[in-house]
Amino acid sequence: MIPALGLVVGIVIGLVLHPTVPLWLQPYLPIAVIAALDAVFGGVRAVLDGVFNDKVFVVSFLSNVVVAAFIVFLGDQLGVGSQLSTGVVVVLGIRIFSNVAAIRRHLFKA
Amino acid sequence: MKLDDQQQQREAEESRRTTWRRLRRMGSPRWTRANVLAAALTVALGFAIATQIQQNQATGLQGLRQDELVRVLDDVNQRAARLDQQVRELEAQRDSLTSGADTAAQAAAQAQRRVDQLGVLAGTLPASGPGIRLTIADPAATMKSPLLLDVLQELRDAGAEVVQVGGVRVVASTYFSDVGGSVTADGEALPRPYVFLAIGDSKTLASAMQIPGGIVDTARRQNGSATVEELKTVSITATRTPKTPRYATPVPEPTVGAGQ
Repeated sequence: MIPALGLVVGIVIGLVLHPTVPLWLQPYLPIAVIAALDAVFGGVRAVLDGVFNDKVFVVSFLSNVVVAAFIVFLGDQLGVGSQLSTGVVVVLGIRIFSNVAAIRRHLFKA
Repeated sequence: MKLDDQQQQREAEESRRTTWRRLRRMGSPRWTRANVLAAALTVALGFAIATQIQQNQATGLQGLRQDELVRVLDDVNQRAARLDQQVRELEAQRDSLTSGADTAAQAAAQAQRRVDQLGVLAGTLPASGPGIRLTIADPAATMKSPLLLDVLQELRDAGAEVVQVGGVRVVASTYFSDVGGSVTADGEALPRPYVFLAIGDSKTLASAMQIPGGIVDTARRQNGSATVEELKTVSITATRTPKTPRYATPVPEPTVGAGQ
């Protein structure tokens, strides 16, 4: 409950403060957001599986973000940044879908 | 079999209830470490989402990658080239329209000149210019139309451009005839003395009239007299309405420039 409220509060803060993304962060922020979303859905799934562990959640959240950003950075250095970003988004999207499917099966048995 | 099915169903129901119970337990607001950490991370996530969305909506060129920038630059270049092309086409069109207007004005001026020229020739327009006045007195009424025709011929020979005799404008179809005791021009009786007005080089005209054996001589021999006055300005006001030819039709010139 509190994390869900936290998400809403974070969105509101972002809307109110209207911050500018620093230039160096601009290529990585969208990927990082997708990775974090993946971690969040994974966490929800773990809660429903009854295996939620706060340490695992925090580590997976942070590592997801860092790894995604690193992959994009590496891709930019190699000259395939946009392709690699697409690849990362696709992979994370698939994971989000499978997590959501598991959550759905848990809640509705369907 | 039936028993197994029922059991399975019961187990499924059981696990589902467990799931919801877990969700409720996690969902209830408790300040455990796990909840606080998760909340902190989700706040960050929400913040990042909102920021990124706004950034994405407000983004200009600075958020683009190099290859995207190259594409944008390409697009802009192509667009500029297209617009340049358009500018050139429109300028060419404008130039052609301007010169077309010039040409039309020139054509109109030329047509006007031609109308004036033909009007003077055909006698539809009054004319003025240097010339002479030739007055032929015929007190004995001995002069006939051939003499006047000779006078006209001499005037034309000397380069008279516009001629008027009495009140009649002399044109291509003008004829003289004798009706009773008087001479008519184009069917109109000419009053005595006969007065010719001619526009042309006045010196040439005057000398042509006065050469030995010329008109002045002839008139004297026929018991009359002819006087020539050189005038700076002769104005010929008699005009004539052109008649549409009944039988003759013009043959169009087969030239290319006929459209002008």
